[in-house]
Amino acid sequence: MIFSDHLLTFITFLPTAGALLLLLVGGRDEAANNLARYIALGVTLLTAALSLWLWYLFDPSNTGFQFVENYAWIGESIGYRMGVDGISVLFIPLTAVLMPAVILSSFGSITKRVKEYLIVFLVLETFMIGAFATLDLAMFYVFFEGTLIPMFLIIGIWGGARRIQATYKFFFYSFTGTVLMLIAIMAMYWQAGTLDIVKLLTFKFPPEVQTWLWIGFFASFAVKMPMWPFHRWLPEAHVEAPTGGSVILAAILLKLGGYGFIRFSISMFPDASHQFANFVFVLSIAAIIITSLVALVQTDIKKLIAYSSVAHMGFVTMGIFTGNIYGIHGAIFQMISHGIVSAALFFCVGVVYDRMHTREISAYGGLVTPMPRYAVVFMVFTMANVGLPGTSGFVGEFLTMLAAFQANTWVAFFAAFGVILSAAYALWLYRRVIFGAFTKESLKGILDLDRREAIVLVPLVLLTILFGFYPAPILDATAASVNLVAENFANAIGAAPAAVAAATGH
Amino acid sequence: MLSDVTSFASLAPAYPELLLAVGAIVVLLVSLFWKGISSTAVSIVAIALLLVVLAVLLLQPATGVLFNGVFIVDGFARYMKALVLGGAAATLLISLSNAKEHGIDKFEYAVLVLLATLGMMIMVSANDLMSLYIGLELQSLALYVVAAMKREDKKATEAGIKYFVLGALSSGMLLYGASLVYGFTGTTQIDQIVAAITLDSRSIGLIFGMVFLLAGIAFKISAVPFHMWTPDVYEGAPTPVTAFFAAAPKVAAMALFIRVTTVSFGPITHDWQQIVIFLSIASMVLAAFAAIGQNNLKRLLAYSSIGHVGFALVGLSAGTEVGVEGVAIYMAIYIAMTVGIFACVLALRTENGPVETISELAGLAQKRPFVAAIIAILMFSLIGLPPLAGFFAKWQVFLAAVEQNLFLLAVIGVLASAVSAFYYLRIVKVMYFDEPVAKFAAVPGELSVVMAGVGFLIVTYYVTVGRPLTDFAHSAAGSLF
Repeated sequence: MIFSDHLLTFITFLPTAGALLLLLVGGRDEAANNLARYIALGVTLLTAALSLWLWYLFDPSNTGFQFVENYAWIGESIGYRMGVDGISVLFIPLTAVLMPAVILSSFGSITKRVKEYLIVFLVLETFMIGAFATLDLAMFYVFFEGTLIPMFLIIGIWGGARRIQATYKFFFYSFTGTVLMLIAIMAMYWQAGTLDIVKLLTFKFPPEVQTWLWIGFFASFAVKMPMWPFHRWLPEAHVEAPTGGSVILAAILLKLGGYGFIRFSISMFPDASHQFANFVFVLSIAAIIITSLVALVQTDIKKLIAYSSVAHMGFVTMGIFTGNIYGIHGAIFQMISHGIVSAALFFCVGVVYDRMHTREISAYGGLVTPMPRYAVVFMVFTMANVGLPGTSGFVGEFLTMLAAFQANTWVAFFAAFGVILSAAYALWLYRRVIFGAFTKESLKGILDLDRREAIVLVPLVLLTILFGFYPAPILDATAASVNLVAENFANAIGAAPAAVAAATGH
Repeated sequence: MLSDVTSFASLAPAYPELLLAVGAIVVLLVSLFWKGISSTAVSIVAIALLLVVLAVLLLQPATGVLFNGVFIVDGFARYMKALVLGGAAATLLISLSNAKEHGIDKFEYAVLVLLATLGMMIMVSANDLMSLYIGLELQSLALYVVAAMKREDKKATEAGIKYFVLGALSSGMLLYGASLVYGFTGTTQIDQIVAAITLDSRSIGLIFGMVFLLAGIAFKISAVPFHMWTPDVYEGAPTPVTAFFAAAPKVAAMALFIRVTTVSFGPITHDWQQIVIFLSIASMVLAAFAAIGQNNLKRLLAYSSIGHVGFALVGLSAGTEVGVEGVAIYMAIYIAMTVGIFACVLALRTENGPVETISELAGLAQKRPFVAAIIAILMFSLIGLPPLAGFFAKWQVFLAAVEQNLFLLAVIGVLASAVSAFYYLRIVKVMYFDEPVAKFAAVPGELSVVMAGVGFLIVTYYVTVGRPLTDFAHSAAGSLF
């Protein structure tokens, strides 16, 4: 057995092994809590290291799946299949690298039921990585839906005052959407005779069947993404969740929806995707414009960032359903970038929340005076959220807009308003929190970033700027697979593959 | 008619039943004449007997038809009997430490459970409408007594009477249906009914007979609209008895349902399929909504079991081998979850006595983290969330329904499971999100073992039991088609 042949299995289940280890930690005193914290941190760091090794070993010129493991397992339908291609490979390091930051950020802020907190996060990490790494459709469902259990507990146990309503809403929106996908998965099994994603990708589903399958998958991913008007659960879940929960929700769980659209909707149901493309464009533009306007009037920092997430995901869905190479490339880039930036923004909110225990924008003001380092860090992420050139936020938005122009000029025209509005709400938020007169009595004595918070945030700052100026590591890893997806999509809907040929020059 | 039993060896397929029958009588006689024997000792002997019978069943792969065709042992019967025996043994085990408090600390309890189990095994192996009825009545009569065993308790007596009256009614319907089927096919033997149906085309009288027959069995599995007795009996009967009712008899009746529909009415699948689809949808939907308002744990579990029967019937609705395999897997996982949840319920007691309502569970996660974790796992599994066993149970039955293009049934089913998630999650919410109010007593050792075992199997289903169980269920279903 060669270790690297089973690398995906190790990366996926290492966090669960860590969770089992945590079960053995006895006692409820501070020493036991600290031991649990350092075990969790160690396990997530090791997972992160392995995931970066995976990225290093990944051969970007290969359009097929790599690190493949394929075994028949339960009955005739469910197998154990793992593998990554350019579409999925980057989400694994994204998840694994954010997890140590999430664990680290909990050190000061989570003081009750510490061990349980760490266990559910480690289990959640297994589900998230598994969803990106699996090549069996039933197992994808298992991992995808499995995330509901830990997330339900995270919001419900460690959340804010209205956490119960928030966690129920999160659960029922997601569960209802996802079970419809389950029916579609079963129908696919009987159509194609297998749940092996590799084989399903080459199977041609009849167009009239595709429509129904597409709807089943859409019900799940549109809620997960979330697309307007299925986003109602998101702001509440974000507001009530503890910092770590918000970070994971925004950075990783939403990406499961986007990944699903690319892997399944576009790749397996191209005819239906083409047919529904305008419908998705309308919803995407609605998301971009409406939720940006809604974000403008928010008084709660987390809610504002949550709505901005919905708007940014609008760019992703718009990019994906253009079906061309810029769109899909941009969508993936936007997802990775948003994973970093939104995570960092929620960490930033967590920093001031831990000090002041309020998320009301009006409770803050003039923080630049007592917290200069925080002001700088927050500014970088605000700019990335706006999509300023030189930050990672720009590349994804630019590519998706480019794709939208190619597909439909009006779509691009309306989407451009999102860029303007995002500048409005993000900069206004920054002005109200960081600038202005430092007069509030309650803020006196607030401390700047400590070392632990800096360790969490500084790497994210560096990554944001690095990918803004040098997006090649991400674009190169995904290029070959994206080309293939776009090419197959173009062939399936009978369009001239001219755009594909022109765009291979990355 | 000459008997086909010529030697003891030719009885091999029936060894488990014979052993259990003789064992039950011996236990009864010994307990009767041995003054002062404790009920716990009798229960332990009964558990040991059930396990020995289970071992004989599993190690003795003999199959065949016996007693002039009224008794059949095939892969399906062996699978279902294994579940019945395991369920009965497990429910006796979890009632050991609390029999006194529930008023069932009499040796008759264990004996009646043994006799009921024997009845269930005969039901599972019935190849004739007569042996079917005998098995069913042996089981039911034992259960009527067990339900009312706590004589001085009004609720238990009420439960016993309700169960008896409605059970007798259903037996009557079943008998009436059986007589109609006999009248229109000329035989009572299940595998010969098939031939009679194939020879001359179906008659309306036969359909009538079948409907009555199915209605009688639907009572026993408590499918809507024949479910009315379930919540009352579950609530009124002593909790260990409720656990027993919820586990093994459901499996036996489901096995009977499957054998009657797929084997004897195989040629008229379309006729009974509609009935099963209706039962399935009605059970899933009614249980999902009716359970929301319940605060009594046992009533909630009653509706939950009605709902799960509905989900299991989704598989049978397909009327195919895949579907029967699905039901077989479903019942195995259902029985494990039922035993687990009742072990938890029996383990929980506050200073006010045993826990009966959901609100009493407040803050359990902080007081008894182990029990709370097991209940939470079971609740998530009952919802059908992956990667827990409950998901794989639903997977196979819905897969069968989708194969037969029963999309409406499948969509209603999964949406009903979303509704049912609401009340299962409420228990998790009360345990984990609310602050503790009561103190909980320590958990008896054997209950912890049962809980840990069930929890382990549910969580690791995909890795551990999933594959062998599916293979076993696959060969079981294969023996019917």
